[in-house]
Amino acid sequence: MIRLKETSAIAQLRLPTLADCTLRVLPPVRITSIAPYPGQVEALRARLGGFPAPGGVVTLQGTDLVWAGRDLAFAFGDDLPDGLAAHCSMSDQSDGWCGFALQGAGAQALLARRLPFDLRKMASPGSARSVMDHLPVLVLRRASDRFEIWVWRSMVQSALAHI
Amino acid sequence: MKRRDTGGSALNRARKLGFSFDGRALTGIEGDTLASSLLANGARLVGRSFKYHRPRGVMTAGSEEPNAMVEVLRDGSFHPNIRATMQELHQGLEARAQNCWPSVRRDVMAVNDLLSPFLGAGFYYKTFMWPRTFWEGLYEPLIRRAAGLGRLPQSHQDAPHEKAFAFCDLLVIGSGPAGLMAALAAARAGADVILAEEDRQMGGRLLCDAGQIDGMPGGTWAAGVLAELTDLPNVRLMPRTSVFGAYDGGVYGVMERVGLHMAAPGRTPRECYWRITAKRAILATGALERPIAHPDNDRPGVMMLGAVASYWHRFAVDPGRVVVFGNNDHALATAKALAADGMDIRAYIDPREIAADAPFKTYQGEVIGTRGRHGLHSVTLRHQGRETRLEADTLALSGGWNPSLHLACHMNGRPVWDAGIAAFVPRPDMVPGMAVVGAAAGQFSTHAALMTGAQAARAALADLGRSAPDTPLPQVEDAPYALTPLWQVQAKGRAWLDFANDVTTKDVAQAAREGFASVEHMKRYTTQGMAPDQGKSSNMGALAVLADATGGTIAGTGTTTFRPPFVPVSIAALGAGGYGASFAPQRFTTSHAQTRRMGAPMIEAGLWYRPSYFPQATDRDWRCACNRETLYVRHAVGVCDVSTLGKIDVQGPDAARFLDFVYTNTMSSLKPGRVRYGLMLREDGHVMDDGTCARLADQHFLITTTTAAAGEVMRHLDFVQQAYCADWAFRLISVTEAWAQFAIAGPLADALLGHLLGDVPDLPFLGCTPVTLGGVEGRLFRISFSGERGYELAVPARYGADLFRQLVALAEGLGGGAYGMEALNVLRIEKGFVTHAEIDGRVTAFDLGLQGMVSAKKDCIGKAASQRPGLTGAARLQLVGLRPVDRQSEITAGAHLYPCDKPAKATYGQGHVTSVSYSPTLQSWLGLALVENGRARHGETLRLDDGLRGLRTDVEICNPVFLDPDGGRMRD
Repeated sequence: MIRLKETSAIAQLRLPTLADCTLRVLPPVRITSIAPYPGQVEALRARLGGFPAPGGVVTLQGTDLVWAGRDLAFAFGDDLPDGLAAHCSMSDQSDGWCGFALQGAGAQALLARRLPFDLRKMASPGSARSVMDHLPVLVLRRASDRFEIWVWRSMVQSALAHI
Repeated sequence: MKRRDTGGSALNRARKLGFSFDGRALTGIEGDTLASSLLANGARLVGRSFKYHRPRGVMTAGSEEPNAMVEVLRDGSFHPNIRATMQELHQGLEARAQNCWPSVRRDVMAVNDLLSPFLGAGFYYKTFMWPRTFWEGLYEPLIRRAAGLGRLPQSHQDAPHEKAFAFCDLLVIGSGPAGLMAALAAARAGADVILAEEDRQMGGRLLCDAGQIDGMPGGTWAAGVLAELTDLPNVRLMPRTSVFGAYDGGVYGVMERVGLHMAAPGRTPRECYWRITAKRAILATGALERPIAHPDNDRPGVMMLGAVASYWHRFAVDPGRVVVFGNNDHALATAKALAADGMDIRAYIDPREIAADAPFKTYQGEVIGTRGRHGLHSVTLRHQGRETRLEADTLALSGGWNPSLHLACHMNGRPVWDAGIAAFVPRPDMVPGMAVVGAAAGQFSTHAALMTGAQAARAALADLGRSAPDTPLPQVEDAPYALTPLWQVQAKGRAWLDFANDVTTKDVAQAAREGFASVEHMKRYTTQGMAPDQGKSSNMGALAVLADATGGTIAGTGTTTFRPPFVPVSIAALGAGGYGASFAPQRFTTSHAQTRRMGAPMIEAGLWYRPSYFPQATDRDWRCACNRETLYVRHAVGVCDVSTLGKIDVQGPDAARFLDFVYTNTMSSLKPGRVRYGLMLREDGHVMDDGTCARLADQHFLITTTTAAAGEVMRHLDFVQQAYCADWAFRLISVTEAWAQFAIAGPLADALLGHLLGDVPDLPFLGCTPVTLGGVEGRLFRISFSGERGYELAVPARYGADLFRQLVALAEGLGGGAYGMEALNVLRIEKGFVTHAEIDGRVTAFDLGLQGMVSAKKDCIGKAASQRPGLTGAARLQLVGLRPVDRQSEITAGAHLYPCDKPAKATYGQGHVTSVSYSPTLQSWLGLALVENGRARHGETLRLDDGLRGLRTDVEICNPVFLDPDGGRMRD
């Protein structure tokens, strides 16, 4: 019987050294897209215990619900209740994304140069979909000086070059 | 000219800098610009003019410089049209004059100046009319060689540049008194402020004005304000930064010189192209002093009075014997102040009546000429009916001031004429959210600058919902500004308006005489204002002369349109990070590393990198590899990474309804566990894309797109969902990145799967099922893009690399192996399967012979439009197959097709070849083509003519399905 080994898209890449902040690779995490059907947000919110508004992050037991676009949230974590399918579509996005953590006093200033939206207004915690030199990115703010940058797996090398 | 022993607020005299100009080793001082160091070294001649190759020197001290454009050598290449006034001096700087040969002093093209009577405005439009064919071959090259502004370097620009974004509450543009006051008031209120200044030092004219603010020199007051601003965390000071464009939504294009002043910048970006989004902006760019058009006013040594003062105060440049020619109170006051400071001012000339209380000789008159071959020796003036010649090293001109309002006009707002200052001033709200203050608004006194700066800041703060703390206005002069306009001196000789493009008053008058009386026509006919300086020092003068020539008023004549960029910006900076490997994001499949280890050359498909072929030592060339890989699939088994195909997950109670709406064929009738080929149309009825649609569960579909059109299809589906069926209960999302997917094709595909899975699921053709691979949940689809029995196996992307490695090993064990894009292309052409070579955006389902896939039982996007007259019928180019009459005769994609007895002219065109390949299976060249009424012409012979490659051969039209037309090999 075949056995398949996992391969990380970023484990072998050399991370750049940055002034005033550190960049590190985030470990893989289960990511599930949750897209509520029309009129189902409230039902979904009740079942999940919360649902993020645009730009928001809702922290649940073991799972973060992250706003990820129009009518779309990403659940970061394993603990999702059953019975969601009646209210939303769900797809496994875990392997599609690679994440970096950027932390330090200079993190916001560095990221602000690269992102075409006003990082000053970004809540903490907060979420934003944006682009970085034509690369689609999902930016999460975990703390005032800590960000996560999630990029498509196939583009991770280009993303590192741009960071 | 020489360096003064004292003074020079911009200089650090402790540090001398060696540099060279035109091969001459010279010494400057840290803080110098190239212009100031050249002047201090007595080098007044720095270049030759555009058309007449007249000797030219430094005229100004800022970015508006029209004359002193030089080549600077850096990063292994030379850079043309660098304004010497903006290039900071650094150790080892190498610069040279441009537009001259063999040297700037002895330029042979100076003969043009002798021919000037024949080279007036528009001369080449009239002169080089005949013979017509000579224009491109002879005249234009000659003119380009004789005239021009610098040469383009021929080497690639690979020095680092950067792009960046910034956001702020208030962007203050310019750091003179108005800008500093505005920034200070806003910063004290806690607003996020960016203060941009194009000079190295902030302070604007306070750095060289003699006036006092709050009882201290203006420069001292500015330093105090800057110190406070530096300490505030909500303020970003950006010196060396030019705001060059105002755009929608409060976005400003900004260029910061980061490493251009460094002797060894290394990997420091040379420039950073900022896009700054500001809720409010204050334009405090001051005013530009304007010259006076008098005969021979372009000689090296003729400078603007403000520039002379700036070089004197900031750079300790002694201009020698100075004659000042002005028409305004400010000029006289400046001359007096400079004289009091020790400058050797020999005379002040003004057409107005002036009081004789100056410490130098004054003349009520006009300058009517200058002398000096490579630099000014004397000035001839006319006064009281007499002509007098004065010996002079420098003639300082001051024809008044033009508010530097260009940025305010970037959204097509037109300024208004202010007769009081004889200049155009901005209207309110020309750029939404931008206020114009100080001299840029025509408020020339320091008091008015400070006051309007503070007022604008208060207004901006109110707009932002912030209260403004009381920021008292400093005590300062409020001197009135009076002038009598003087645009041109009526005297014999050529008087320059546009120094950079060699346009004289005569040229403008001639344009008017020849009917180019509108200011926009005059500009284009004479080229006035079209040089790198964009006419900053010439626009006003030129339109005044035009108004005079046409008998109109200046207000009625109006200005030309000020467009971005305000100052020249380098293309390298605008394209920062967008060349080489960074031109576009690179997308790598999970099999990329293994594929590279196998030696495969990669080709770009969309943004993806895919293997072209997998070479082996015995391969003579790529075609050997391609043939071998094709035959793997036809006779054994081949493995190909197809993860790049777009994969879109569609779920929900209305998912099937939605798919029926976007596909031409019906997907709602698809059973779970089955797959259907589908066709999608654009709204205009043309084919957008094709692909497969798999029903994974009752309310769960997975559709695939072509690699190239994945983004376009996703955007289309998003649009349809949001615009037409937002209330339907379904959602779609891309899962392309989440899955690695591999084609396993060939008669031994089942054998390979048996090794892999143990039991091969009994899948019908176009069936799909979940599978488990050693505990990993995957998906198996029985679909084929090769025409052979085949599968596509998908696993989560983290397992892709290992699965590919194992699949290739298994395939090789069965006499097959990996195949790349070349073989994939051969396989699909043999079967007549289309890609975007055929779906080129102009074809309909009818053209492809797929009209049967457009369901008659339902509507779909594009269906109605596809039924318009002209989109079906015999006149359409239709998909056909092509085989050369001589089967071994090469045919080429892109070639056109003609009747055999007609020449290769568009009139006789029958269609074109879309794809070709050599088929090792059929031992023949094969092609797909779009041919007029093609389906009715099978068996007909046409002439293939590839004019680009010089190839011509006869081809036979045939069915596009060359191999296994009934599809038995892939179905059974």
